[in-house]
Amino acid sequence: MTLRIEVRHRFAGGGIDIAFEGPSSGVTALFGPSGAGKSTTLAAIAGLLRPDHGRIVVDGVTLGDTAAGIWLAPERRRVGLVFQDARLFPHMSVATNLRYGLRRAPPGPIGFDDVVDLLGIAGLLARRPHTLSGGERQRVAIGRALLAQPRLLLLDEPLASLDAGRKAEILPYLARLKASLRLPMIYVTHALDEVMRLADAIVLVADGAVVASGALSEITARGDLPLAHRDDAAALLLCRVAAHDAARMLTRIEGAGVSLLVPLLDLPVGAACRARIPAREVILASRAPEAISVQNVIAGTVRRIDVEPVRHAAVVEIALPGGDILARVTPDAVARLRLAPGAPLLALVKSTSIEMLAG
Amino acid sequence: MPDLAALGFTALGPEEWDAIRLTLTVAARAVGFGLPLAVAIAWVLARCRFPGHAVLNALVHLPLVLPPVVTGWLLLLVFGVRGPLGMLLHEWFGVRLVFTTAGASLACAVMTFPVMVRAVRIALEAADPGLEQAARTLGAGRLDRFCSITLPLASPGILVGAIVGYATCLGEFGAVITFAASIPGQTQTLPLAIYAALQTPGGEARAATLSMVSVGLALAGLVLSEWLGRRLNAALGR
Repeated sequence: MTLRIEVRHRFAGGGIDIAFEGPSSGVTALFGPSGAGKSTTLAAIAGLLRPDHGRIVVDGVTLGDTAAGIWLAPERRRVGLVFQDARLFPHMSVATNLRYGLRRAPPGPIGFDDVVDLLGIAGLLARRPHTLSGGERQRVAIGRALLAQPRLLLLDEPLASLDAGRKAEILPYLARLKASLRLPMIYVTHALDEVMRLADAIVLVADGAVVASGALSEITARGDLPLAHRDDAAALLLCRVAAHDAARMLTRIEGAGVSLLVPLLDLPVGAACRARIPAREVILASRAPEAISVQNVIAGTVRRIDVEPVRHAAVVEIALPGGDILARVTPDAVARLRLAPGAPLLALVKSTSIEMLAG
Repeated sequence: MPDLAALGFTALGPEEWDAIRLTLTVAARAVGFGLPLAVAIAWVLARCRFPGHAVLNALVHLPLVLPPVVTGWLLLLVFGVRGPLGMLLHEWFGVRLVFTTAGASLACAVMTFPVMVRAVRIALEAADPGLEQAARTLGAGRLDRFCSITLPLASPGILVGAIVGYATCLGEFGAVITFAASIPGQTQTLPLAIYAALQTPGGEARAATLSMVSVGLALAGLVLSEWLGRRLNAALGR
């Protein structure tokens, strides 16, 4: 954990008090509703805003510490920032935009051709920003930030202004970026699907404060957090492909100390993958059922039960050997199965309900 | 082709060409020296908040509302041979501004300064500060940002300001005649020459010819500024 952020700031109509740590390589998602203070936090990390109190340490380098009177100017931080609205320079070609930061940065490991390749923007180099689509613009903005050789990359809702199609076009590029660069990234968003695909760690933010933070697989599996009470609540298991069974058209993946069968994957054995298990798709049983289509019957114990009054439902957090998953059932089911913390139970998960995301 | 001579126009003689050449030179020098200062002042007015902001703003715009003859007289007070700045310039550099071509340029520059500052300031204020923030995160310092981002973004406005300023210079009368007098070949620009022609018995034809030249130059300036402004904005994707 070598990313240490503390930002405390008061402004008209509110204030934020946000502190968290993140991994030095990988994506930390700052997740929360609009107005929770996420963008203010990013602005402080980038140095564009000087908060009342702030401490920004990246890989042992102090970029700002108001208590010690240190607050580096943004141009001296080498912290890349990708804005929601791309902010490409309209009077320059794509290539000149890309080189803007590169020419002003000390020599670094990120090369022009690599970035162009990684983001698939070779065909755009001679174009002017106003001729690009929203998705292309955002890819160029990411490339421009990367080429400035940042020690930390901040992404401020980079996909929020794009429609679903454009979003789906960029997400794979971001995943590739993450896989091929050892660069810490802080990714601000209010879209959970982006977090599920990209993040390694998550910081839940609400009303200017941190609600919870930690590894994504831990936080998503906690029944006591607001995430578990969303319609799309789901646990995320970090898995590896264990074996393929082409005849049955199934792939066995392993994660959280259990193995799961999912529809055949186009990934090599040993590849990392993410399994998203929606809470409302998990069936609970006290005895193993017979003659049933479900492929995955997982033994676990009840860790906690949270009742959702409005929905008339209960979220059951199930402890597995190496992690947790969530199940949303009716309070009546909880009563019939006599579920209580510590009680053993079986979780039934259809293979086709498990959503597989790239590693 | 109508018979121009019958309408009272005369052909352009060497004196008329002198007046045209002088007018264009005076205006070019006025804009050449005035524009950089106008950009600097416009940037200060657009981007900085300080006590005295309103006073500076008013001072810059003063020539726009003062009678030109008053501006000319104030210039005489300051830059005259006995004026505080005029004396220094004369002693240190041997430069005399009163009744010289340089003086005519100075009078023009002062008169068109508000026009240029306004045009540049509007352009600077229209430049998206978000782009400068982006440049900051990419490692660009203050001057670097100004040269690489702000100035190019404001360039259509600056150019239009320069052309309008130039066209305005071509018509400056009151301040020039007060500060630099009307010396043919030295300070007698087009409007001054037209006035002189009108004061001379039988000079109407000459005045009419020079007036047509004035109209032509002014129109050319306006058309050029429109066209260039549109082209530059298109290049910026607006």
